[in-house]
Amino acid sequence: MSFRLSYRADPGNPWFSWQYVRDNSDTILAAVREHASLTGRAVLIAVLIALPLSVLAYWFRPLAGPILGVTGVIYTIPSLALFAFIAPYLGTGATTVLVGLVLYALLLIVRNVVAGLNQVPPEVREAAEGMGYGRWRRLFRIDLPLAVPGILTGLRLATVSTVALVTVGVLVGHGGLGQLIFAGFQNNLYKAEIMTGTVLSVALAVLLDLLLVLVGRLVTPWSARGVR
Amino acid sequence: MNAAASPLHQAVLWLNDPLNWSNPGGILDRLGEHLEISAAAVVLGCLVAWPVGLWLGHTGRGGGLVVLVSNATLAIPTLALLTILPLTFLGFGRTPVVVALAVFAVPPLLANAYTGVRQADPEARDAARGMGLSGGQVLRRVELPLAVPYLAAGFRTAAVQVIATAALASFVNGGGLGEIIRTGFGLSIAAGGGQILAGGALVAGLALLAEVLLSGVERLVTPRPLRRVRQGAARPRPADATGHA
Repeated sequence: MSFRLSYRADPGNPWFSWQYVRDNSDTILAAVREHASLTGRAVLIAVLIALPLSVLAYWFRPLAGPILGVTGVIYTIPSLALFAFIAPYLGTGATTVLVGLVLYALLLIVRNVVAGLNQVPPEVREAAEGMGYGRWRRLFRIDLPLAVPGILTGLRLATVSTVALVTVGVLVGHGGLGQLIFAGFQNNLYKAEIMTGTVLSVALAVLLDLLLVLVGRLVTPWSARGVR
Repeated sequence: MNAAASPLHQAVLWLNDPLNWSNPGGILDRLGEHLEISAAAVVLGCLVAWPVGLWLGHTGRGGGLVVLVSNATLAIPTLALLTILPLTFLGFGRTPVVVALAVFAVPPLLANAYTGVRQADPEARDAARGMGLSGGQVLRRVELPLAVPYLAAGFRTAAVQVIATAALASFVNGGGLGEIIRTGFGLSIAAGGGQILAGGALVAGLALLAEVLLSGVERLVTPRPLRRVRQGAARPRPADATGHA
């Protein structure tokens, strides 16, 4: 990787080019912003839907099968097909991408949160009941805090795969960094553009993952081993 | 806008037109491409991941590597590999598409092969060793048969995922059922909505069909006493954490 600092553009088609990054910083920043915002909103909405679903599956065992089953079937639907189902109704806007991303993230979060809740030791649960904790109080004071590692695993998986999935939004013109990758491919195989999009997308996934690990450490100071 | 029928109605009409099935580049052609690409990718993935996974499981080392591979591929967008690989020595054509899809088939295959060997009853392993079997013989005669249900689980996860991601090959003109969706988007939503929806249904139907069929296979190769016990373990978490991106 050699950084040519000369003014003239490299005549070849290098994999990495600061020239490209400098000349197109506005486009790149806009793509990063769209990517991050789609990811953030999707994961946030998915959590708001998935947490109540998980608690329902945890409280009412007969509901666990259907809830995990339905989210599992949605997860099996290929991303391109899912966007194809949504686009004719919601149009080719960012909303289509957002809805698809939320549906995908649901399974990952629900499954891990349910697993986390089920790992709460029965003795702890019984002790809480013996102390007169009601269902809701036990949920917020005992079950959810102890399920934090599971919740966090789900969040991390959902976040990382959502970052990668955003790129499929290219289909409707809102693929964040995917737009760079795809444009580079169509634009006479402009390697620097493809590579910039790819590297930034992977970097965003890694960054958000590390951020979540850090948050996990902060909210579970009692687990010496940190978050696994 | 109102002149057009609902997208769902259009989709049914589109699927009912025999020409859309038999035309060059029609559904049957695309389905054939889709299956060819997917099969090649899964086979390639198995050839790479199974020997490595079984060996790592046998030696009991490399658990960290298995997790690392899973996590790393989770963060790489399929679109990126699909566009980058043709620019490497692989050249254009079907090869880079197959390789790109195979990369995403590796994590579930690898993790399940590894877990499958690892979970083999240590007593069975010790007994085999006590009978004088060599390391390779233990792997072949004891650990491998015990790992078959896990291999099948990994195969199902990998195959379904490859079939799902093969739809993205259409972004790089790689063929497959995704082309139908992309062509639909090439028209406008109003004109192509039916085709988009129909293409989506075909892709999703194929993926779900593969899931159901391969789940059946997985059940068949799992000895009956193990079926209930293994429920939680059949899908090791890292192996299943695969996206369709």
